[in-house]
Amino acid sequence: MKILVALKQVPARDSILEIDSSGRTFNHTGLQSEINEPDAYALEAALQLKDQQGGEVVVLCAGPEEAASSIREALAKGADRALHVLDDTLEEWDPLSLARLLAKAAETESPDLILTGLQSDDTGSGQTGVLIASLLGMAHATIVMKIEVNGRTLKVKRELEGGWFQYVSMPLPAVLTVQSGINKLRYATLMGIKKAKSKEVKTLTSKSLGVPAGHKVVLERLSLPRKSKETVMLAGSPAEQAAQLVEKLKFEVKAL
Amino acid sequence: MASYRGVDYLLLDSLFSEEEKLVRQTARQFVQDRLMPLIQACYREGRFPSELIPEMGELGFFGANLDGYGCAGMSNVEYGLIMQELERGDSGLRSFVSVQGALVMYPIFTYGTEEQRKKYLPELAAGRLVGCFGLTEPGFGSNPGGMTTRAARDGAGWVLNGEKTWITNGGMAGVAVVWARTDEGIQGFLVERGSPGYETSDLHGKLSMRASVTSSLAFRDCRIPDSMRLPDARGLKAALGCLSQARYGIGWGVIGAAIDCFETARDYAKVRKQFDDRPIASHQLVQEKLAWMITEITKAQLLALHCGRLKDAKKLEPAHVSMLKRNNVRMALECARLSRDLMGANGIMEEYPIMRHMCNLESVFTYEGTDHIHTLVIGENVTGVAAYR
Repeated sequence: MKILVALKQVPARDSILEIDSSGRTFNHTGLQSEINEPDAYALEAALQLKDQQGGEVVVLCAGPEEAASSIREALAKGADRALHVLDDTLEEWDPLSLARLLAKAAETESPDLILTGLQSDDTGSGQTGVLIASLLGMAHATIVMKIEVNGRTLKVKRELEGGWFQYVSMPLPAVLTVQSGINKLRYATLMGIKKAKSKEVKTLTSKSLGVPAGHKVVLERLSLPRKSKETVMLAGSPAEQAAQLVEKLKFEVKAL
Repeated sequence: MASYRGVDYLLLDSLFSEEEKLVRQTARQFVQDRLMPLIQACYREGRFPSELIPEMGELGFFGANLDGYGCAGMSNVEYGLIMQELERGDSGLRSFVSVQGALVMYPIFTYGTEEQRKKYLPELAAGRLVGCFGLTEPGFGSNPGGMTTRAARDGAGWVLNGEKTWITNGGMAGVAVVWARTDEGIQGFLVERGSPGYETSDLHGKLSMRASVTSSLAFRDCRIPDSMRLPDARGLKAALGCLSQARYGIGWGVIGAAIDCFETARDYAKVRKQFDDRPIASHQLVQEKLAWMITEITKAQLLALHCGRLKDAKKLEPAHVSMLKRNNVRMALECARLSRDLMGANGIMEEYPIMRHMCNLESVFTYEGTDHIHTLVIGENVTGVAAYR
């Protein structure tokens, strides 16, 4: 099975962002980057499928030169090779134009399965995966938590709201957008990092793919969330209160 | 736990390659995920977290700068970055990896036969086998040339008699690299656990390096075949060659401990309020200490990186390593002490890493060439006169 993983490089979590003088973007100096978190889980899901069933994992990443470090990390973790659609202007492209570019690049590989994160940690539009599926006429599912492949059929577990889940079956080829936290991310081993040096990274451009420049989205103004102080009283038994507190510390404060 | 992004005042990351940063990231994440949740209890209980050994082996941490035989074949800069991240966790964990790689795998790789390399290195690299290094004796520390452990020829083999002490990993090691006096000068031998006449006993009551095993090794008519001799490990120079490897790693490692102290104290100073409800970070005397620490950490990073590049170019001399080890350990110990001071009474509590690092660094100050000895190596280098002869 050939699995394509579309991943994006984004500013590292917990980065301290400063909005620059234009008010439309933030200062990139000294900012560290990383693989978009849900995409990292998509990559891990792909590597686990490869561990179970064999096949090939190909990474697809569109972005500037700097994105090469995230591609290298994916290769170090075990992806076999990569496609880098090199472009400095993608930040300004609208989601549909970007999906057209990625779909075109994906098409050159005819993958059985395309995995990507359910959204990006920076712009968070959550459209890339489903748009790629639509453009390629493939089946798709979003917010995927579990993937089982049986021959040419997929069975996936989707996260719904309020603790509900949905199980869906679909034929391959398909596109899945993966939820964060669904598996345990592996480390890049030192041997993997060394091996990655000699793995193939094919550079593509919108021009070489025959995709016209994307429609521009003009960002009018960027602002930091306003800080507000609010006291919340937790109700219930001590055990319930503790559970709520742990929940808040984990997901709101992110202190645990 | 908020993720740690490193301390990089001078944009030194621009001096590292993508691969070097990836290696650092793997070590950093491993320490954050696996060691940090354990270390406080391990230190209190005086326990080495041996459950981490297999995963460190899988990741390639053991003998990482050696090539072949299951080793990762990293550069010396990459190796140094691993040491730095491990010691940000704890000097005991870094010591384990230092001993395994620089003091056990390195001598087998450099001084051993092909059979010895094939037999031991893959096992040591995977962490299925733990090694230790027996040079120091109860009466001979800074002057290992005075060692009294003897190996005498006995037919086709050797008989070892003597005692080694302050041996990291000794009690948990399946194989020991042992240095002994012979009629042909000092030589290195491999002794496997379970060999008749070979016993180890762990040292208890340490108030430093509590998450590390330190032992004594005793040899009483311990017979080993000649195939266990490291044929090219002849003379004290061979033993010191191993120490140069380990000391190089220490020079990097202690930067990690210093960074952890600095970051802890800095974060504390920003939230601790005193006098007019202002954070103590706004006090001039506090800022002076933080400024000193970040400056010294940055200089230590540059020194380590330069030594690493020299080592990769095969131009690093033992006298260079002495400067690296001496300067960086002193710097780290001073950072630990200043951080303790900034944290007031909280600085002595186990929930903060400061006191643990400080106690560990007292050992690091002494082991692998004391601060005094490295001072004299540098002194000899600039005067041409050896003070210890």
